[in-house]
Parts: sequence; C-alpha cells; structure tokens
Amino acid sequence: MSKRILDRRAFLRTAGQVAATVTVLAGTPTILASNGAWAMTLQATSAEDAAVLLRMVRLLYPHDHLGDLYYATVVEELDGKIAADAGLAQTVKEGIGQLHAALGVPFLQLSEGTQTEVLASLQASPFFQAVRGHTVVSLYNNKLVWPQFGYPGASYDQGGYILRGFQDAGWTLEPDAEASPPPYLG
Amino acid sequence: MATFEHDNDGVVVIIGSGAGGGTLANELCQKGIDVVLLEAGKRHTIDDFVNDEWASFVQLAWLDRRTTSGSWRVARDFPGLPAWICKTVGGTTTHWAGASLRFQPHEFKVRTHYGEIAGANLLDWPIELADLEPYYDKAEDRMGTTRTHGIPGLPGNNNFRVLYTGAKRLGYKEVHTGRMSINSHPRHDRASCQQLGFCFQGCKTGAKWSTLYTEIPAAEATGRLDLRPECTALQIQHDESGKVTGVLYADKDGQQHVQKARVVCVAGNSIESPRLLLNSASAKYPDGLANSSGQVGRNYMRHTTGSVYATFDKPVHMFRGTTMAGIVQDEAHHDPSRGFVGGYELETLSLGLPFMAAFLDPGAWGRSFTRKMDQYANMAGLWIVGEDMPQETNRITLHPTEKDQFGLPIPNVHFDDHPNDIAMRSHAFRQSAALYDAAGAREIYEVPPYPSTHNLGTNRMSESPRDGVVNKWGQTHDIKNLFVSDGSVFTTGAAENPTLTIVALALRQADYIADQMGKKEI
Repeated sequence: MSKRILDRRAFLRTAGQVAATVTVLAGTPTILASNGAWAMTLQATSAEDAAVLLRMVRLLYPHDHLGDLYYATVVEELDGKIAADAGLAQTVKEGIGQLHAALGVPFLQLSEGTQTEVLASLQASPFFQAVRGHTVVSLYNNKLVWPQFGYPGASYDQGGYILRGFQDAGWTLEPDAEASPPPYLG
Repeated sequence: MATFEHDNDGVVVIIGSGAGGGTLANELCQKGIDVVLLEAGKRHTIDDFVNDEWASFVQLAWLDRRTTSGSWRVARDFPGLPAWICKTVGGTTTHWAGASLRFQPHEFKVRTHYGEIAGANLLDWPIELADLEPYYDKAEDRMGTTRTHGIPGLPGNNNFRVLYTGAKRLGYKEVHTGRMSINSHPRHDRASCQQLGFCFQGCKTGAKWSTLYTEIPAAEATGRLDLRPECTALQIQHDESGKVTGVLYADKDGQQHVQKARVVCVAGNSIESPRLLLNSASAKYPDGLANSSGQVGRNYMRHTTGSVYATFDKPVHMFRGTTMAGIVQDEAHHDPSRGFVGGYELETLSLGLPFMAAFLDPGAWGRSFTRKMDQYANMAGLWIVGEDMPQETNRITLHPTEKDQFGLPIPNVHFDDHPNDIAMRSHAFRQSAALYDAAGAREIYEVPPYPSTHNLGTNRMSESPRDGVVNKWGQTHDIKNLFVSDGSVFTTGAAENPTLTIVALALRQADYIADQMGKKEI
C-alpha cells in the first residue's frame, strides 16, 4: 500500500545540492522549508501515524538547522522496517497509542515541552527504545546531513587529507619535529 | 596457495587469521611447514574497504549473536555487542588503529610488583620482557612500526595538535605521534599514510599493517598455505590418548568437514577461542579441552577504557588523518600513590559523525545531546587504555539455552569493573579533562567504554598447570599438540595496546612449534 504523494527522490537530489552549497557558508544554518513537498513514501504506516513519528524523531534528536526532510527519511526507513517486521509494527502501533493516551490529548496537539515530557515518561518502553535506536543510526548516517555538521565522509576519493588541512589548526601549539615529524610527500 | 586433503594429518591447522593466527601461519610456512588456515569471515581486498562507518561495520565486524551480563556499561548500552572485533580474513588487523607498544618490564610480573589485590586473580607471566625482546624487534620490523628500525614517526594531525597543546601545558613530557604500524614512508611494498582518517574501516592505502595483505599473501607465496575463508570451526577433536586429531568445521555452504591435523592452534580471539575449547567438551574432557585448571574462559580482560571528547572555539576537524594520531605516556607507569595499581596511556581517537552519535552518550536523546553533536567540527578526542584487573568471575561462558546456526551454544560475556579499574578510569578522566582544559576547551565530555576492542586473558599463560591454560609457549598444559595463539593467552593485560605483543608471541610460538615438530615431540 504505497502512499506516494510527490516525487520525493527528485526533491532529495535538489536538496543534496542545496546542502552541498551551504557547506561553503560556514556557520550559516540551512533551513529547508518544511512545506510538505517532500512527503514520505510509506509502505506500512498510515499518514497519521507517520506524522506522529515524524514529530517524535525530531524531538529525540532535535537540530533546528535540519529541515523536516531529513527526519522524514528517518521515518521512511523506519516504515521499511515495520513493513518487514510484524512484531515491530505492533510495538510501534501500540506505542503511538500510548503517546496519544498519555495525557488524553492527541500527541501532535501538545507543545514541544509537553511532548518531550510524554516521551520521557515512555523512555523505558520497547517502543521508545526501538524508535530511538533506529533514529540515532538513521539520522546521523544520512550523507545529506553530514555537511551540516562539518563532516565530509569519505576522503579516499579525494586523496585523504595529507594535502587538505590535516594540520591546519593553527590555534594550537606548534609541535616540535621530534614529537611530530613532517609528512612524507613523495 | 596450496590445497591439502581433509585426511592429511601432517598439517598444522590454525583457526583464525588475525594478528596471532595470520602471523603464525606465515611464520610456519616460511619454515617449510604446511598450514591449513580456517577463517570464519570472507576474504576482502583493500578495494572492498569503504570510507563509511556503518557500511564498513557491516562488512567487517563479528555480528554473530552474543549476550552480555555484569555491571559494565557495555551490557546496558550494547547488550548484543560485547566486542567490536572482526570476522574477515585478516581478523581485527583490518580494523585496529595500529598502535604498537611494547610492555614495560614490570608488566610481566605484576603479582610480584603489585602484591595481592583483593578480588583480582593476579599472576606473573611465565616469561619476562627479555624473552620477548627479540620477537618484539622482529615484529616491529615486519609491521613497520614507526620510531623503530629507523622509521620516522607519523606527522601529527589536528587532533594530535590539540592533545599536544594540552599535554605540554599540563607538564606532560612523553607526548608524540606514537609507535604505529602505519607506514610514515613507503616500506615493504606498502604505501605511506595519506591521512585518510578511516583507519578503523580497513586502510584503503594499505599503509597500516594487516595480515590480510602482508602475512597471508607472503604465506601463500611459499606454496604451503591453504587458506579457507568462510569456514567456521565447530569442534576440535581428539583421540583416546587425548591428543587432538583435527577440526570439525562448516564451510560457506554449511557443509561440515573434518580437517585432520598434526597440530591445532586456536587464534579466534578471547571470546571465540575459549568458546571453541568449551564447545569441544567430550567424555574424556567433560569441562572442555585444556580446561583441567578450570581457567578456560575466565580472567576476561578488556582494558580499562573510556574516552574524553572536548569542544573548542575553533575548528579541529579531528576526522582528518590518522585515527590514533598521538599518545601521552606519562601516566603509563606503575605508581600506587595515584590510588590504583598499573598505568594507562592516553591516545587520540576520532569518530565520524555516525559513530559519534552512537557512542558519545549511548541511550541519550534530546537537546542536551544534540547540542554536543552540533559542535562536532570543533571537537577533539582521546581514548584511555589502561591495565585492568583479571577476575575469575569475568568470563566467557556458553549460553545455557541460545544456540547459533550450527546448533552450538553462543557465548555470554560477563564483566564487572574491579574497584582498581574504576579508580584508574576516574583518574584518567580527570587528567584528560585537565589536559583539554589547558588547551582551552569549552566543554568536556566523559564518554563510557565502547564495545571491547582489546579482548584478553581467557586462556591465560601460567607457569603451573593449576593456574592457567597454556604454558610459556602458548601450548596448552593438558594437550601437547594444542596451542593458543591469540590475546587470550595474556596472563595480565598491561597498559599497552595488545597487537604488537600478540604478534611477538606468535613469532616466538612459531619457533617453538617448528622446533618441537622437528624433534617429533608433537
């Protein structure tokens, strides 16, 4: 049951270019409009539940400089696992029920602080642990978020860092040559 | 490359192709001895390695199910992953950082030097530094260890520069880019380090020593090595006299075979080696092979570890260049006035963004966590590695109910910190915080131990057969033609990263095995 709304893949390609452009503007936060244009492709989760999960994964690892696009990827990958694992599907379904039931008010109607309190109250639950464990890997393993943390990923294809600033922290003491001999450059 | 018949009972069968097994295989082949090398993992090439932490982890790590117990934090944070070691040809030498330090003289005799420590099962090694020195020398030459044999040190990266700055301001004297088995200059047909920053993911330039592309191809070139990747040892078999006769193993298709052997050497790391001995229990050896002392699986050590990361006003980009780029050795000595016995090293360490998220504060979430992650580019880090106390109750056992795909019990790893470990870790956290504070840190984070990379002691070496599993040659006390050839033979752990000592012991063991085979003793 695919609920594809827009071509998210095409959008991601554009977003990747945006993120890459932003790396040269050091310190400038990237805020990608969360206008729904990235809508998730879901296999097993209802749109309503996906919206709750989207909120939850942002509250778990909130970075204001990351647009919802990146959190949507986390939910989409979780949905893929749910589709393949009936036990997980049940755990998540029940967990979302607990989020709504905790204070008797639908989770998405609560303020950020209240939502965080609800999550904290469920920390020990298998639902929370499953979603948290998934999110901490999925979010930070998305190559599209790396530039926004100053992490470039692979270096081999660029010849490593021997000529690209591995010793450029000029604000530190200059080590003597005994402690740190000069690099061999061939 | 050779192929030996399954019923060829003249071969030496080695189980595991890492630092111990891979080195031993090559050394025996060079001496004209035929070797079958069983390796549970696949054979990868340097071209297969990926500069991608999770993808590489899936490619190289030993992910077969294991369980944990005890009060160590790893059991809570990573209950199914007690150790971060590899299942691949080359073993954990694909993943290791490269630090190659000799033990200090007193570290072979800690029972003598430290005295009796309550709760610790301390024992002197049956060898001393002088016994190992010629083999350390040979190992350093083979591995290309910097600052030995005229090999220059590596250039220090930004993470090192921060460490150096803090260490010097704190008054530490012994701070440099370490003794690393990573080529600082091209040597022995291997390239020099290009400062990729992915040492843990398999070195894509081959500058870092790994048995995968040094010892193993050298052994194959002799025509005496039959390397069998994706072959999992299930049981070591013996005859009525008690001598071992061969190894039952499963190949990649699950087909089971028995490889006959004149000698069997177990080098599967400190979890799998005792597990294999225990899983090989028989009517004659009901407690497992070589276990008359009851010490198989006990005295599991993992080094007293922890990390400290600090953030600064200006960028560090610690991921640029060698992962373990520098060392402070001023705390490595034994000085009980600090409130603990033994010592520790401080070594730089960096993680990429994906692993930093997983390891910085396992289980943490919310803004207090993400605020730390947001400072990633300005972060420097180090790893503590110190001597931990062997305890009989820290041990590898067979799981009472859970079985692997071959129907054999999976291992459980139980560990509790000894008070000495906690005192040492606390001291090291304090000193590391002072170091980074001196370098101008904005914030400092104490990071709990990662899954164990240094797994030691579960088949320990002893003078008396009552106290340990193997003698000073790594030969089991109980069975003459059964040897252990990995870090599980460590009697105590010392403060140093273990690989150089594992390699030196393997080279020394090869001399002994060849000698004993020549004399028909085995």
